[in-house]
Amino acid sequence: MPDKHLSSQFDHELNAVSSRLMEMGGLVESQIQQAVYALSLFVEEVADQVIKTESQVNSLEVEIDRELSTIIARRQPTAKDLRLLMAISKATANLERAGDEANKIARMVKSLISSGGFRSLPSSELRLTSEMASGLLRKALDAFARLDTSTALAILKEDDLIDKEFDGFVRKLITYMMEDPRTISSSLDLLFVAKALERIGDHAKNIAELIIYIVKGEDVRHTSMEHIESTLQ
Amino acid sequence: MSIDSASSHNNSIEISHLDFFYGNFQGLKDVNLNIAEHKVTAFIGPSGCGKSTLLRTLNRMYSLYPGQRAEGEIRLYGSNILDKSQDLNLLRAQVGMVFQKPTPFPMSIYENIAFGIRLYEKLSRSEMDDRVEWALTKGAIWNEVKDKLHVSGLSLSGGQQQRLCIARSVAVKPKVILLDEPTSALDPISTAKVEELITELKQDYTVAIVTHNMQQAARVSDFTAYMYLGSLIEFGATDQIFLKPQRKETEDYITGRFG
Repeated sequence: MPDKHLSSQFDHELNAVSSRLMEMGGLVESQIQQAVYALSLFVEEVADQVIKTESQVNSLEVEIDRELSTIIARRQPTAKDLRLLMAISKATANLERAGDEANKIARMVKSLISSGGFRSLPSSELRLTSEMASGLLRKALDAFARLDTSTALAILKEDDLIDKEFDGFVRKLITYMMEDPRTISSSLDLLFVAKALERIGDHAKNIAELIIYIVKGEDVRHTSMEHIESTLQ
Repeated sequence: MSIDSASSHNNSIEISHLDFFYGNFQGLKDVNLNIAEHKVTAFIGPSGCGKSTLLRTLNRMYSLYPGQRAEGEIRLYGSNILDKSQDLNLLRAQVGMVFQKPTPFPMSIYENIAFGIRLYEKLSRSEMDDRVEWALTKGAIWNEVKDKLHVSGLSLSGGQQQRLCIARSVAVKPKVILLDEPTSALDPISTAKVEELITELKQDYTVAIVTHNMQQAARVSDFTAYMYLGSLIEFGATDQIFLKPQRKETEDYITGRFG
């Protein structure tokens, strides 16, 4: 928040809860990166690490919500301040879910390792999607910290690419399963991984929409790209 | 600047190009604003912004003071109340006012209500009784005073006195009720009762309220006007003003960044 309140304590509280959100974002980001690493090299220890981090993410979620309630009760925020707090609350929920998706990936990696089914599958083809998804979330958090709406818009567009990658990957898995039914079980695991990556992209997109809400006061969820672009002009 | 967010409603009052002077000092500068019928319009802004001055022009309360004058137009249901020919007593019956500090007359609760009515209407004893009960009911204080109507109005608590004053202004069946910081001297419970009353009053009357308490404006009003240094800065639906004001000055004020 660029301008200061008459109450510097209020500024301090808003800054504190914003940095908590960034801290949580950093944790989820590392979860996703570790999950992607575990996926590309099939390293079980790294997958375990992802799962361990979950409890930290969860407790940050609870803590941020508590801080938000306190600020709302004590300060009765309005306008931009209110929008910021609403957005932080929703961003927190999105981050927690993105962390859950990283967990799912880690668990699938473990399952693929123990079944040994990963060798014959096109798991490396998920690398691009996974880099896109984790990159998108990082960008969303950076843009949130800077309240940067043009990056937010770019994120919304990029998420469409992830969705397309996901569709392509599903088609590829189907051909594998048709060629060799023994790969079905592992393919399904991989399908869940791909779905989890696609969901992480969606959470990044939701966070990007929240940035536009804070800055412009316009709720752009479920609206067309043209509408969003005209809002930002 | 012409702002008429309330234009889709019927207007009780239409203010155009209103300037107001305290001697040489200009207290209001080219104010244009419509006050919608049967809605609550709140005026907010820092001390000295002109919000109380504006309220006081709406029933020409300023005419009591020499050297104060208003220029422009204030149309109350079409007729310009700034006209020299305007009957001030009639105007104040149509546009009632309640002040920051409760101002009951030093007489019985019953007489507080009946006094004003007698100035405008000749009612029989039983008609007057009915009217007093009706007004006290409208003022949401009947149940608390019905057994002590002949006790002095000054014996009531601050919150009760303020509701008595609201009942008194309602008694002469005005079209518009002006409230000048009506709860700033009241505790939270009394404040809540008066706010509840304001919401009920707008079924029958148009209400304009000046308040220093922004949350109160947010709670009770349909439209909010933000004023600063005698000018109307922004006027719009209260939801919009408190969620997404159009002007940075408004945003700074309502979020507490005003310095």
